[in-house]
Parts: sequence; structure tokens; C-alpha cells
Amino acid sequence: MSFSATNFAQPRPVPVEVRSNEKPLSSDSFRFRGPPSFLGSPHSLRFNPIPPFKLAIPHSQRSNASAVTHIANGKMVKSSANLLITKEEGLELYEDMILGRYFEDMCAQMYYRGKMFGFVHLYNGQEAVSTGFIKLLKKEDTVVSTYRDHVHALSKGVSARAVMSELFGKATGCCRGQGGSMHMFSKEHNVIGGFAFIGEGIPVATGAAFPSKYRREVLKEAGADQVTLAFFGDGTCNNGQFYECLNMAALWKLPIIFVVENNLWAIGMSHLRATSDPEIWKKGPAFGMPGVHVDGMDVLKVREVAKEVIERARRGDGPTLVECETYRFRGHSLADPDELRDPAEKARYAARDPISALKKYLFENKLASEQELKSIDKKIDEVLDDAVEYSDESPLPRRSQLLENVFADPKGFGIGPDGKYRCEDPKFTQGTAHV
Amino acid sequence: MATLFHGVGAALTPFSASNKLLLPSPKSESRGAIFLHRSDARVNHAFNLKPATPNQDLFIPNAVATKRETSTKSGHELLLFEALREGLEEEMERDPRVCVMGEDVGHYGGSYKVTKGLAEKYGDLRVLDTPIAENSFTGMGIGAAMTGLRPIVEGMNMGFLLLAFNQISNNCGMLHYTSGGQFTIPIVIRGPGGVGRQLGAEHSQRLESYFQSIPGIQMVACSTPYNAKGLMKAAIRSENPVILFEHVLLYNLKERIPDEEYVLSLEEAEMVRPGEHVTILTYSRMRYHVMQAAKTLVNKGYDPEVIDIRSLKPFDLYTIGCSVKKTHRVLIVEECMRTGGIGASLTAAITENFHDYLDAPIVCLSSQDVPTPYAGTLEEWTVVQPAQIVTAVEQLCQ
Repeated sequence: MSFSATNFAQPRPVPVEVRSNEKPLSSDSFRFRGPPSFLGSPHSLRFNPIPPFKLAIPHSQRSNASAVTHIANGKMVKSSANLLITKEEGLELYEDMILGRYFEDMCAQMYYRGKMFGFVHLYNGQEAVSTGFIKLLKKEDTVVSTYRDHVHALSKGVSARAVMSELFGKATGCCRGQGGSMHMFSKEHNVIGGFAFIGEGIPVATGAAFPSKYRREVLKEAGADQVTLAFFGDGTCNNGQFYECLNMAALWKLPIIFVVENNLWAIGMSHLRATSDPEIWKKGPAFGMPGVHVDGMDVLKVREVAKEVIERARRGDGPTLVECETYRFRGHSLADPDELRDPAEKARYAARDPISALKKYLFENKLASEQELKSIDKKIDEVLDDAVEYSDESPLPRRSQLLENVFADPKGFGIGPDGKYRCEDPKFTQGTAHV
Repeated sequence: MATLFHGVGAALTPFSASNKLLLPSPKSESRGAIFLHRSDARVNHAFNLKPATPNQDLFIPNAVATKRETSTKSGHELLLFEALREGLEEEMERDPRVCVMGEDVGHYGGSYKVTKGLAEKYGDLRVLDTPIAENSFTGMGIGAAMTGLRPIVEGMNMGFLLLAFNQISNNCGMLHYTSGGQFTIPIVIRGPGGVGRQLGAEHSQRLESYFQSIPGIQMVACSTPYNAKGLMKAAIRSENPVILFEHVLLYNLKERIPDEEYVLSLEEAEMVRPGEHVTILTYSRMRYHVMQAAKTLVNKGYDPEVIDIRSLKPFDLYTIGCSVKKTHRVLIVEECMRTGGIGASLTAAITENFHDYLDAPIVCLSSQDVPTPYAGTLEEWTVVQPAQIVTAVEQLCQ
């Protein structure tokens, strides 16, 4: 069964290899590249239609009747009897996306009320990618993100309280208030950042994937199959670190998935103006890994792709590059006036709001009632109110915290003139020493 | 003596890989005999001749190194790169999480042979040959360190790690703090740097001056096989990210080191030669220029105290302070550039902490702020030479 192109402005046939049910996904059989074409004609940058994207993945492991619902003309259409998710899964996905959405909305509120400062990058509109991928991970799997990381941390399991306090700069934040919006870390939930510079997290993600292979092959731990997800945007895909890591990950078959959240805009730079070949998913095969494109506004589609690629990585078959077409409803950050983007484009994507889409799916397939969803909404409201209250009441970091985490081994501050290690000086524990 | 010194000086500098400076072990019978093997295979027996200065008939033979508490008969002799390898191998043996990443570290054995034989012994994954992508494989090392391994990242030349500056600064140095202490980064970043023998500007860089501002890292510089092995082991065992600076010209230094296992302290400086008149602070290759100058100075009647600071960040203010309090004069000899180098920071640190003990302003001899030229003569003039050190001490001690 092959997929037909969605009905966007310029349908172009993209060849999809149909595979038999027995063959697993393997890198050398992925040929998702379409006919070469140059996008981004300089004459019509603003209204350049997005090429029709397909869930370009052979569904060898799916049953024939499986329904990946696709959006045609903005409507979710169920194309077969089998559903993709159970009721529990559906509610879980819904709750996670609502948590992400409401949290970000609350962030905006708090920012304008002067409770959080600096650069805050909100994730509204992109929830399907985070929920679609991260809800399939185990606790031992790792998520590495960028500065737009609040929702990744929440989806992975970091409590709303911890994230909100971190944003408020309180000592109870997940990073003790030392990281801030762009640096959400959680050892417990294996969330490694939050990175402020784009692209610099990708090598770290590659490094986080490396120990899985190391444990299996060098330390001979049979069950070491942790997977790492690296999230980053379209702007990052023009950065050298991205390509260097694609190379290394494919070379050593690291269990990593490179998830591109292509929201078409890098602050005010349109993806089409910055990239010679805007189809990022095509760049995977150039490095020997499959490149997949998926509709990132549809959590079920993302989830289907995620299942495949996470399984592939876990098996040890190597990395995958997944490009998710998505959109951020708000500006780049809370400081961005967001004047460059065309309102018609924003409206088009608003109509594809992933939460509305999932809601519709749940209703149409009788997986949930309006009431159940409303009670989830209410529950999340309460979670957030509690998070804000908790953060408000949390203490600010004391001065003594200033020097505590500079070194894991505080002997690194050296030996003072009196012959003792400087960290033994009480001023260090008070935070008043000068380093 | 003067002519001999020049002859010796010329033989010693530029200090090429083909010269072997055999350091006499402190209690050996042949103390005072220093064999210089020049590349044309002539051997100069230094210092067995009569000193030229008339009023100096007392010749101090063991001007070179302090006595160490090892017996001369035990231990084994090896070259500095072998000492590094020995330290590395011992640590890899001890902890299976220790792994190496870098260009040509595996099959090639390392451009300076520090990792020779390790890939055969431990496998290609544990001694990983990376593609030429310093930024990314350093970042990969950092990510691996954060998730349970203890990698050692080798820069084929320290200068190449400029490409990894983002990772070293933002991630290696800062992530422990930014994550609120949740993730430790027990990584060792090492490689040869410094001015070599006509390697050209880009291969002759001193990155310690660029990295010293990065919060959260420790920097050490090794200078002898003994401290190379000890510092390598200490760096690997440390929970902090450590940058270990080696020097291209010191890899073939030979020394007898103990058979027993030993680990040095990352934060301590090394007393090379105790003295009374002036404190000379130095590290890495300049230690040898200083010791060369020390011989001259000693024969001129000076008694310099030579300290190899070893720990470039943080400074061992205790050893340095005790010395300053004793001698009241400080000379810093370094290979960094004048501007913003380790010497500049050290000058500031000493002034801040020990100003009252100084009888004279601190003199800092550094390399010129010049991209290292290719021509041998020009290259010689960019770095500090023993003659300059002698002059500086003489001026300082007036």
C-alpha cells in the first residue's frame, strides 16, 4: 500500500519504495529522494507553496489495513477500520499536548508579568512533534533539545513545577535556577539540554548515543539499547555540526534520531531563503541513513514514524533523519514582534492545529468524549496553577549557591595562598569568595 | 664558559624532536654529566670542563632537578610519549569506561604515538578513530562523558581544538553548572601544542591562553615523563573536565620513572630547583630553557628557585606564594604570547596576593605577539631564549 500525495498546491510524485512485509528497514534500501528540484524561487518567496510532503516510509511492519490518517484539504480522514491508538494512548497524547500548550501560554503570561526574563522561546504549534516522539521513549532514553526546550522536558517527564521554577530562576528549578529557559536538564529523566547556540547540542546528542553502543560492544551489557533523540530546527540544518554528526552517527550506527522541527523560520529568516536545497530529509541518504519526511502537525503521523525509527535505532540498525513539517504559532521568542511572517501562512497552519486535529480524531473514532477531554483541560489548568504557585513561593537561590556547581570536584578551584584547597575556605560555601 | 654556553644553547634550542636531553636522576653517579645529542650525532659533554668565570670555581653540578624520593636503581626509563601512553593504558585497564577519541588515535597509533598499540588491545570502539570534525567529536566526547563514559579526546595538534572552542567553552566548561550540578563531565582533552621546529604559525599555537578564561575547566601542562604520566592519570580520574597540554618538542624526553603506580595532583606546582634569590615560574618547554639559563646563573653566583607551575588553571598559589615570600623577586617565563597569556594572569594573581612580599616588579618573559614564522631564525626570536632569561634575572636581582 502506498501513500498518495496530499492535496497541496503542487503535487509532485515522490517515489516510495514499497517493501515486502518481511524485510526490515535498512539504510541501504531507503530511497526517498524525489526528483531533484530547486525550491524557493526568488520571485515568490512569501507564497512559495510547500511541496506536498509524504509519510515517506515503507510500512513493512504495519498491517495492510493500517490507517495512517492523512489530512486532505484540512480534514482528518480515517481511511481504514483499524485505529492507530487506543483510548488510553489517545488521552495520554492529548494530555501531553495540552500540557505543552497551556504551559507555554502560561509562560507568556508570566513573562509579561515580569516573573521570568531573558530569552524565552515558546513551542506553541509544535506539540505534535514532541508528544509524538517523546511519549514513545523509555525513561532511560535521552532527549537532547535546543532553546525551545520547555515542552521537550515536560513530555519526557520533568514536572511542570520544576520547569516553571527554573524559568522563574528559583532554587527549586530543575537546574537550581542556574540554567534558565534555554537550559533544561534532568538527570533523572535523561533530558540533556537546552542549548543556547543552535547546533551545539547535536554533537552532545551524538555523544549521548555513543555509550549505548559502547555498553553493548565494549562493556558487553546485552540490554543496552538506549536511544537518543536530538531535536533541532531548520536553521540548524545549515550548520556544519549537523552534517558532521550525521556522518559520525551513520558511520558508527549510533542509536540516535535526528528530528528536524522545520517550522520554516529561523527568527526572521525563511528556510527557503537560507537553504540551497530546502528538503532536509533528502540529506539523510547522502550520509547513509534514511531520510523521512512527516507532517509534524499531525501527532499520529509523527507517532507512526517515530515508532519505526526508534525501533530501528534500538535494534542497532543506526540513525535516521526525520524532518517534521511544523509551525510555531508564536514568534521566535517573546521578544520577537513576528512581523515578517505572512498572516495567511499563519492562518493556514492555525487551521492545522495539532491539538484540534487530535481532538477531532478522538471524537470521530469515539475514543473520547468531550467531557473527558474537558476534564483533562481542567486538570492541566490545575497543574499549571499549582506550578506557578509553587514557583512563586519557592526561594530564590541563596548566595551560597553561587560557586557550588562550577566544578564537580571543587578541588578544581585550586590551592590558596594558605596551603589549603580554596574550596575549604568558608567563603566558598557562602558564595562570597572571589574566583 | 661563555662560548660553551652558547654552544650548548645552540644545541638545545630549537629543541627538536631529535635532540634528547637526558636528565640525570638526582642521585645518579653521573650527575652533572649532561649528554646532548644533536641531530648530526655529535655528542657534547657539557659541564665537565672548567668554568670560564674566574671567580666561580665552585661548580654546582645538580642544578637541574630536585631530589625525588625514588631510588635510582628501580624504575624504568622511557620517553615522555611512552609515559603518557603508560598512564593512559593503566587507566584504561583500571576502568572500562575510559576511552579515547581522536583523529588517527586508533590504527595509526596517534600522530605522536601516544596511543600506539591501544586500539589493537582494546578495540576500535574504545580507541576511536574519528573523522576530521573537531567540533563534533569533542562535543561527542562531552555528551559521552555526561552519559557515563570517561573519554579522552585527543587533538592532533592543540591548535585544531580552536575548531572545538564552542564545545569546550559552552559545553565542557559550563554544563555542569548550567545543569545545576546534575551532569558531570569527566573528560580529558589533550594534545600537543606550543612552538615546534618550524611548523609554521598555525601548528605552533599556545591554546592555554585562549582557554584559561573558560569557567569550569582545569588546565595542566606536563613537562617531564614523570609528571606526564602522573598528570595523565590524575586528569583521567578527575571528575572535572581537564585540558592536558603537551608540547610537540618534549615527546622524546627520556627519564627514569617509578615502577609503582603514582598519581600526581592536578592543582600542585612542582619545585624543580629550590633557591634563594629569585623565583622563576615556568611550565612546559620553557622549563628547559629556564633550567638551561639556571646553569649559567648558578655559575654566575645566582641561586634561582625554579618552579614548574604545572597547573595553569588554577594556579598553585601556595607553592608560588611560599617561594615569593622567600625570594621576593619573581620572573615568569612562558611560551604564551605577551598579551593575555598565562603569564599575564599569573602576574595579576601574584600581585593581588603577594604584593607586599615583592621587592621588585614582576618580570614576565613571553613569546612575542607574532604569528610564529616558519624561518628558523625568526622562530627562535619569537620564543624566550635562555640568554634572555639570564639577562632578566640579572636585572631583577640588581
